[in-house]
Amino acid sequence: MTATAGGRGERGESLAAALSEIVGARHVRTALPERVTYARDGLPTHRRVPGVVVLPGSRDEVVAVVRLLAALGVPFVPRGAGTGLSGGALADDDAVLLVLTRLNRILAIDPKNRIAVVEPGVVNVRLSAAAAPHGLYYSPDPSSQTACTIGGNVAENAGGPHCLKYGVTATHVLGLEVVLADGQVVELGSPGGEPWGPDLVGLFVGSEGNFGIATRIRVRLLPVPRAIRTLLADFNALRTAGEAVSAVIASGIVPAALEMMDQSCINAVEDSVYAAGYPRDAAAVLLVELDGSREEAVAADADTIAGILRAHGARSVLSAADAKQRERLWQGRKKAFGAMGRLSRDLVVQDAVVPRSSLPDVLEAIGRIAAAYGLTVSNVFHAGDGNLHPNISFDGRVPGLKARVDQASGEIMAVCIAAGGTITGEHGIGLDKLRYMPLIFDGDALAAMRAVRRVFDPDERVNPGKVVPIHACREWSGVRNAEFGMRNKSSSVDSAFPTPHSALTS
Amino acid sequence: MSLVDRVRALLGDDAVDVAATPDGVPRVAPGSPDAVGLLLGTAREEGWRVRVEGAGTWLPADAPADLALTTRRLDKIPAIEPQDLSATAEAGIGCDLLRQQLADRGTWLALDPPGLAGRTLGSVVATATAGPLRHGFGAVRDHLLGVTFVTGDGRLVQSGGRVMKNVAGYDLTKLAAGGFGAFGVIVLVHLRLRALPRADQTLVLEGSREDLTQVADDIAAAAVQPAAHELMSPALARRERWLLAVRFAGSAALVSAEEAALRAATGGRFTALRADEAHALWMRAAESFATRPVTFRVGGLPDSSDELMDLLQHQVGDEWISASPGIGAIRWGGETTVDRLRRLRRTLAGLEVPLTLERAPWPVRAAVGHFGAYREGVGPLVAGLRRTFDPGEAFVVAVEGTE
Repeated sequence: MTATAGGRGERGESLAAALSEIVGARHVRTALPERVTYARDGLPTHRRVPGVVVLPGSRDEVVAVVRLLAALGVPFVPRGAGTGLSGGALADDDAVLLVLTRLNRILAIDPKNRIAVVEPGVVNVRLSAAAAPHGLYYSPDPSSQTACTIGGNVAENAGGPHCLKYGVTATHVLGLEVVLADGQVVELGSPGGEPWGPDLVGLFVGSEGNFGIATRIRVRLLPVPRAIRTLLADFNALRTAGEAVSAVIASGIVPAALEMMDQSCINAVEDSVYAAGYPRDAAAVLLVELDGSREEAVAADADTIAGILRAHGARSVLSAADAKQRERLWQGRKKAFGAMGRLSRDLVVQDAVVPRSSLPDVLEAIGRIAAAYGLTVSNVFHAGDGNLHPNISFDGRVPGLKARVDQASGEIMAVCIAAGGTITGEHGIGLDKLRYMPLIFDGDALAAMRAVRRVFDPDERVNPGKVVPIHACREWSGVRNAEFGMRNKSSSVDSAFPTPHSALTS
Repeated sequence: MSLVDRVRALLGDDAVDVAATPDGVPRVAPGSPDAVGLLLGTAREEGWRVRVEGAGTWLPADAPADLALTTRRLDKIPAIEPQDLSATAEAGIGCDLLRQQLADRGTWLALDPPGLAGRTLGSVVATATAGPLRHGFGAVRDHLLGVTFVTGDGRLVQSGGRVMKNVAGYDLTKLAAGGFGAFGVIVLVHLRLRALPRADQTLVLEGSREDLTQVADDIAAAAVQPAAHELMSPALARRERWLLAVRFAGSAALVSAEEAALRAATGGRFTALRADEAHALWMRAAESFATRPVTFRVGGLPDSSDELMDLLQHQVGDEWISASPGIGAIRWGGETTVDRLRRLRRTLAGLEVPLTLERAPWPVRAAVGHFGAYREGVGPLVAGLRRTFDPGEAFVVAVEGTE
């Protein structure tokens, strides 16, 4: 049973007063214009106005706020910088939005052991800047890294171009201090990163805030690569570029990053202030980066990759001459989402992942779907991982267009799933992809996830309504498992999995 | 109807081997993931206690139970995709067979777990026992794209998938990897592969532990990036003195450049091994841990490796040790007692270093537990997860021990 935050009325006012006592009145936002600024994340298609917004300034304040909300039974949603792309950090009017951006201290950098300890509100790129004097950096590099926070990265298990070689956020998180739904503080993992018991750190990363709030995050730092080569290859056809990706992967040389942009995306970038000099007449470009600690090895591997790209249809392969040119090539890629704002006022961003060998077929299928619905779809994505980002640009004011976009999105997702893929590689489920969850998980898997969530949060008060689509249980009956055709044996998600009332009080 | 008759009626005559186990526990070998589900669903209804076995070469098959469920008939490899560098294998496949099949397709699973060559994939995943290659390629969990496991009440739960990145839903794969079977029987594993390295070179240096520890520090300081970087005790390496073994794997250009950097950083003291010598060194070291009655791992900070090895030497001896100083991981093998293990674990806990008991006879496992005591507040979470996945307590797993 949960109470509500209630942005308005007596109850809302008394809650705001109690929160103010903990964090100070200036860090509690109750006025509608203030709350509306938190109504969206990086995805413009979802809007929820939170009941109350609270910005604690320390771990102890987080604990006190969470305990207060637990005592009152009020749901809450943790939020970082709000750059997420799944509607995951949005709170309804009956919930408190708990914004963690004031917890922004880098608590320790241990160069000998290549470890940093940070608070959740530390902006991703700031950590690398702080580690740079030690010759170290924090590897996961989502495109929003100049704004997004490490806490948000943990919640979403964020990726980024360089995760191809170095792994996503989960690979780099060694330990966590977590405030659970009832305000209890637990330490997960160990200082060196070895799990202490079952791997609860691994389980927590990517749980989209449903398991609690990470208040201290211990991460692995990597040595800054001493040698880097950045290649730009351009192609006459998307299919050829997709086939070149497979050839590079099969070579045994793992690039640090392997990104693809199609012509629509290239032109959007070249029309913007982020113009990188991409060839406008190319059907697609691949941005390939190799790095390592030895200049001669990286140079030789780059030559090998350039040869592979040419042999697989690249019209030309440009190697960045210096750091400035490299930065320019990357800026175009990293700001591509921003550049797409030029195409139309609204944008749907997808995040499916497919087996890399199916990229050529899937890209062609996406093109066919776009043509059939008369929509502009731009592709900019992590080709080396098979992590697609087909972006549909549209004007939501045009009657009926949003419905067409939704239909096309569903068809694109269906194509990706049919190719053996999944619905999200790095953006998370949030609100945006709830409807697709039953397409890849059967009732047993969804029931297991819900039961696990209730071990951490028995009342399902933390970020309610995200990740597991409980409202759709009845529809799960008969859904076929995407893999190996195993039939779903349960007709209801909440029938047989025990959901302990509170594992924390036992 | 007896248990054996009931299982035969359920899965067929050939799924049960009554005389197979030394302690007389009937051994059941389901032939499909669904059959595992059927068996465990029945176990839940009947209140049977089940121990899970693979090839029987790592964890002793000695836990008291009503029946032993072996994954050995789940030995198929449904897919190897060289173009995608992924594979799907059933949990009962032997690592040696899997490795061969992968190599035939030009692919490589960069895991070199301790144990005999025929150890099952499911065993490696369930116990999260990575070997020296963890230094360069990560822990067991980093090689998993997804798993399917069967819970204690017979439900098939799939987690993850077979693509390179996946954040759809909670990552239950992380619970299965290293859960020691407490949350379910792993039946199917989706693996992240690498292309078979074009070059693979191992170099070794013999010396005192103190001297080699210094050399290991020099290697780290020079930013040499090996695939494996392992300090082995003399008995383990079958040498007179301690051995520092460094392995490079990758493109020819990479291996040759890193080898040159190693030589430069260490004054050219390392000796390169021939391929057959290197293979024998790594394989014998891995197999040695399967011949000691007790194996455990500890994980500390890299700069505490030497101190931790002193502690191990003092409390349980250091005859069989393999350490990855670059990542702070140490594996110990040998003979020891419950009391010594408990005392060591308490000492290590004071240093915030977990000790995970990897293998031991049942009485030791039952007393000490694979994990022992958790950090404050974590125990109830683990207990809740166990109740979730094994509500009838069907699985006989010594997770916490009895202290």
